Amino acid sequence: MTTEQIHELLAKRFGDAVLPYQAPAAGDPWIGLRPESLAEAALFLRDDKALAFDLLRIVTGVDWKDRISAVYHLYSTRHNHEVTIRVDLDRADPRVESVTPVWPAADWHEREAFDMIGIVFEGHPNMTRILMPDDWEGHPLRKDYVAPTEYHGISNVQ
Amino acid sequence: MQEIFPTTPPRDTLKTEEMLINMGPQHPSTHGVLRLVVRTDGEMVREAWPHIGYLHRCFEKIAETLPYRAVVPYTDRMDYLASMNNNLAFCLAVEKLGGIEVPERAAYLRVIFAELNRIASHLVAFGTYGLDLGAFTPFLYAFREREMILSICEKISGQRMLYHYPRIGGVARDITPEIAGDIRAFLVQMRKAWPEYNDLLSNNQIFIKRTADVGVITASQAIAWGLTGPCLRGSGVKLDMRKAKPYSLYDKFDFEIPVGEGLKGTTGDCWDRYWVRMLEMMESCKIVEQALNGLPEGETMGKVAKVLRLPAGEVYVPCENPRGELGYYIISDGQTQALRVKARGPSFCNLSITREIVRGVLVADVVAIIGAFDIVLGEVDR
Amino acid sequence: MSEQMTAQTQPPSAEELLRGAVKDPRELTRYLSYLKTLTEEGLNGSVLIAPLDAAINWSRANSIWPLSFGIACCAIEMMCAGASKFDLDRFGAGAFRPTPRQGDLMIVAGTVTHKMAPRLRRLWEQMPEPKFVMAMGACTIGGGPYCKYGYSVVKGLDKIVPVDIYVPGCPPRPEALIDAFLKLQARIRTDRPIEERIKGKEQGRGERA
Repeated sequence: MTTEQIHELLAKRFGDAVLPYQAPAAGDPWIGLRPESLAEAALFLRDDKALAFDLLRIVTGVDWKDRISAVYHLYSTRHNHEVTIRVDLDRADPRVESVTPVWPAADWHEREAFDMIGIVFEGHPNMTRILMPDDWEGHPLRKDYVAPTEYHGISNVQ
Repeated sequence: MQEIFPTTPPRDTLKTEEMLINMGPQHPSTHGVLRLVVRTDGEMVREAWPHIGYLHRCFEKIAETLPYRAVVPYTDRMDYLASMNNNLAFCLAVEKLGGIEVPERAAYLRVIFAELNRIASHLVAFGTYGLDLGAFTPFLYAFREREMILSICEKISGQRMLYHYPRIGGVARDITPEIAGDIRAFLVQMRKAWPEYNDLLSNNQIFIKRTADVGVITASQAIAWGLTGPCLRGSGVKLDMRKAKPYSLYDKFDFEIPVGEGLKGTTGDCWDRYWVRMLEMMESCKIVEQALNGLPEGETMGKVAKVLRLPAGEVYVPCENPRGELGYYIISDGQTQALRVKARGPSFCNLSITREIVRGVLVADVVAIIGAFDIVLGEVDR
Repeated sequence: MSEQMTAQTQPPSAEELLRGAVKDPRELTRYLSYLKTLTEEGLNGSVLIAPLDAAINWSRANSIWPLSFGIACCAIEMMCAGASKFDLDRFGAGAFRPTPRQGDLMIVAGTVTHKMAPRLRRLWEQMPEPKFVMAMGACTIGGGPYCKYGYSVVKGLDKIVPVDIYVPGCPPRPEALIDAFLKLQARIRTDRPIEERIKGKEQGRGERA
């Protein structure tokens, strides 16, 4: 199933919560969703017979400087098709529902997105840093991130 | 137990205290700097919390800062046991977004070296898994054949481990008849050595006792936790990105996807994951041979702009790394460097299931389970 | 390298050991004449005379037990050095110990991050004296390819522990690692452990850091 067909199915089910489909000029297409409907849409994407997205590839965040997106890459082992879901969030306070109840695989991915970009996944069982130490300041993959010059007495400059 | 040691008290009267044990980051069997905090009750593991990030080398930040070409050497250092496959995955993603054509000869060479690297990587997995479980000899045997691959790759790329051989638009250098001869000699040697490995380890009773029926992952569990590669196929799921979404030239070659069948125990146990890797080595030999026989004449480097700008858009190309599905998610905004690069490290996803399956196993089995995942920490932490 | 290798395989004679260990020419002449009288009295071959320093150094240099501590890519080359083709055991340095309390040498093979740094420091503190540290690869020497943009990478191992030998390369070849071992052995042979102990100097090299 192509992304356009998946978009049609989703739009029929969720209406306005699904942003209009835009065919990209280059690269892969994606589907935009409103953050409120993400949890419901995730369940639908996994459980619908025609979609059956059972394998979660990536959950990640993207900092666009004016907003932050959470991106979900899904794959169906049954139908061998894939889709990219993008949810735009407020940059000052990025919050979105966790999809760990739907795909357990999201556990570490969401923690990483929190660590690197600062998206808070509500309902995640353990929303802590995963790659950086717990007392690290800032989210390194934000575009305005400045690396510390010192950490615990060890200089961080050349 | 009761019959052999009649004095042993019944199990429920034994009082044990729970203990927190810290495994790693410096531990000989965690394949790098993985840290596990294990809550044990006697010899049983009640719960384990993996801690990662001890090798976080900021790949994604660097990839946002440097031009596309300069990022390729960093992909080497992600999964350092399979550099060719990492380079290939990144180059394929950039080429797809930029619409860059790759000459056929270069594509063939990429396949040859990616598969050789897969064998080298599985050899390390085989050797170190033996080490983890107390067998030292397989390690020496595995590194004997691995050195042959390393010297072949060194001849073509100039480096022993981190090759930077597949480049955006093609490959760095053309193959010579001497290297082709070396590869054929290696294939002969590999096919001779493979039965030796099985005699040494695969069919070794001690090894089977340590791995069969240990750390069983069911197919549905594996998919739900996002496992890919030999860890998923060990559970009996026939999913390989080389067949499911053929990239590069993989649809041209004839090879099988081995899956776990529970030959020594339950489907999805550590032995199955190990055995899938062993069978894959032989399949890779088949691919290398076919690619070498069908190698066409021609250029090895396509036309790529000197200052590479990709059109605005995003791309994700799934590739089959020795450890599972590797993909680079690249978002471009039309600049010379990416807006965002996210690497899906298969080891990262495979490792996340650890907490789920080490519940209720023996402490010694934790080592067997971690070893069967064949993780590379460079890719877990990126 | 081949000359050094042949020198390794034969135990050094008493005279060689003396010449290597005793720096003061007057003292050396005294020792040599003592050695000569001993050998002239027919004890040649059955008695070995050497300053204690030289004997200690000889045993220390030829039984370096590295702490098996792989961090990243370089660890694989370290494994290669210990495996069948390169066989580090030829130099008395193949017994990789899993615990720091048995190790003489810490080979830091791979990128050190800020999260790892305190653990690494503690491992080094747990090692008994005399201990040596080898910084293997570009990352440990100065951050390597992660130097400029790697926010979480410690730019140089010497910010955490004192380093004796630096091995450049990304990753260094096993031959380079073997060469580093030979250099370390040469460096150990110049130590004067007894003299330092007498003078109360051997207080733990950690205080240099």
